[in-house]
Amino acid sequence: MTEVAESVAGRMPAASRTRRMAGGPRLRRLVPALYIAFLLVPIYWLVNMSLKTNEEIVSIFSIWPKHPTLANYMVIFTDPSWYSGYINSIIYVVMNMAISVTVALPAAYAFSRYRFLGDKHLFFWLLTNRMAPPAVFALPFFQLYSAVGLFDTHIAVALAHCLFNVPLAVWILEGFMSGVPKEIDETAYIDGYSFPRFFVKIFMPLIASGIGVAAFFCFMFSWVELLLSRTLTSVDAKPIAATMTRTVSASGLDWGVLAAAGVLTIVPGALVIWFVRNYIAKGFALGRV
Amino acid sequence: MALELIGISKTVGGEAHIVDVSLTLEKGSINVLLGPTLSGKTSLMRLMAGLDRPTEGQVRVGGREVTGEPVQRRNVAMVYQQFINYPTLTVYENIASPLRVAGVDRATLDRRVREAAELLRLSPMLERTPLELSGGQQQRTALARALVKGAELVLLDEPLANLDYKLREELRAELPRIFQESGAIFVYATTEPTEALLLGGRTATLHQGRVTQFGPTPEVYRQPIDLTTARTFSDPPLNVLAVTKQGERATGVGAPLELAAEGSLAGLPDGRYTIGFRPHHLYLAPPGGRAVALTATVAVTEITGSESFVHLDVGSERWVAIAHGIHELAVDAPAQVWIDPARLFVFDGGGRLVAGPRPARQAA
Repeated sequence: MTEVAESVAGRMPAASRTRRMAGGPRLRRLVPALYIAFLLVPIYWLVNMSLKTNEEIVSIFSIWPKHPTLANYMVIFTDPSWYSGYINSIIYVVMNMAISVTVALPAAYAFSRYRFLGDKHLFFWLLTNRMAPPAVFALPFFQLYSAVGLFDTHIAVALAHCLFNVPLAVWILEGFMSGVPKEIDETAYIDGYSFPRFFVKIFMPLIASGIGVAAFFCFMFSWVELLLSRTLTSVDAKPIAATMTRTVSASGLDWGVLAAAGVLTIVPGALVIWFVRNYIAKGFALGRV
Repeated sequence: MALELIGISKTVGGEAHIVDVSLTLEKGSINVLLGPTLSGKTSLMRLMAGLDRPTEGQVRVGGREVTGEPVQRRNVAMVYQQFINYPTLTVYENIASPLRVAGVDRATLDRRVREAAELLRLSPMLERTPLELSGGQQQRTALARALVKGAELVLLDEPLANLDYKLREELRAELPRIFQESGAIFVYATTEPTEALLLGGRTATLHQGRVTQFGPTPEVYRQPIDLTTARTFSDPPLNVLAVTKQGERATGVGAPLELAAEGSLAGLPDGRYTIGFRPHHLYLAPPGGRAVALTATVAVTEITGSESFVHLDVGSERWVAIAHGIHELAVDAPAQVWIDPARLFVFDGGGRLVAGPRPARQAA
């Protein structure tokens, strides 16, 4: 309960801080503005390229497109080998999000509410799963999934990504859950709620923002992961990132289309981040702010 | 339906939280659990509610054993010291929650929720969420939820401790009345002796997980059976001093006190005793009668407006005197104080009461 209150109240000091900064000398605004502009240069250049023709990209240096065109985007939306990459990626990312959060919810509840032998070690061990490079798991996953006939399916990638997304979701959710006083659970039991009913009707609404943040992080890490998703797919479930790395055609690189694909790859992440923007800092701190 | 605790103990990680408690709480009674922080009040309430399982002993309701039964199956209501409500639900839904789970029909539910809200003056706030309310309103929501359930056992764990004093006085007066109409067993935990006396009913004093005495509240106050009970049931703390009685005289150990063995001390065999008396029986001016004077050193004086709390060093003991009016005494200066032998509690070496201001109950 207090955590919920804090996360709401936590936004207010930040707002008043920016207001105070704005009233200060010009330099205070100039420095962050320059920094942000600097960070945005590659993204601008990507957008810039995506609106040019290949000839313009390779022949002259231009800050903005001389002959703006949407042809590159049209290629992506009409060519199945391009747009199916997006569809595949979205399918396995959503599957992974759903599996990770569903599995992590009860696990996080156990870590936050019960004391059992080795609970702290187990909790820390979860995080160590993020410490091994995915390349280590590429080979065993490839062999295992081929053996059981899961190779080149969406669920294969979704399950493989659980390797690092479930521990992350457990960590984030545990932080949010520990902010809810245990007495709320007990009051619900005293009122007569059974555990499942309490969990769905009372508890999940209380940590809704935590679930949102956990889902976002699962989305993000699954969306940007390339190695496992490329290893475990060939045609039917080929992700967009893999498509982008294999576009050297006979006529050389198709710069403009690649740039358009890059822009479209950023869009879903930007959309999702908009929904959880108020809780994102807490999520990066694994729910422990 | 009486609630019986029979030889209840609770040990957590090798640490005894509750030690061999046996209590019988009657239907429709007001029961106060009085004890300092960590004395086991909350632990005992959790055992009564069924939130925890006792390590040893039995819990019975109306003669039926319910020791291992989960809390959902028992008919209890509990209010915590912290304001515990469901933050995502409106006040109306918060109060309605136990009825919704019980599957009460709509019309009855609505009537009972509105009745409870009316009684606790929450009617204008029914559509708000708890976090938009003041602390007092939040706690009243929790109380309304406990009330609406119509439970056989109502447990209030220091429900007023986090409220300001005005609300506290108001609610303290209303609570027993509100809950008594339902015929429930009403259990109220508090650290404050005054609160216990105002609530009346029966009081169980707790000390380190043990119930030291259980009986009608005024009786426990006037005739504590031992020193720990007397200390628990005294605020500010009981003044004590070790004395040696020899013949017709008693002498303070390490303190300049000489008094004739009369009042409470009369008729006791010679030996070492501990005398105790309440702060308002330590006088800064001779009270008349057969009071005995002694000299003490002033440590601190606190003035609350109409009363003065004078802390005094007597030998190795720290005493407190409550006096009407403003008494500004210089720190470290000697002060003359008076004790009335008729007001003394006398405890033996084991801490049991052997004589008190009124005829003491025979030590059983």
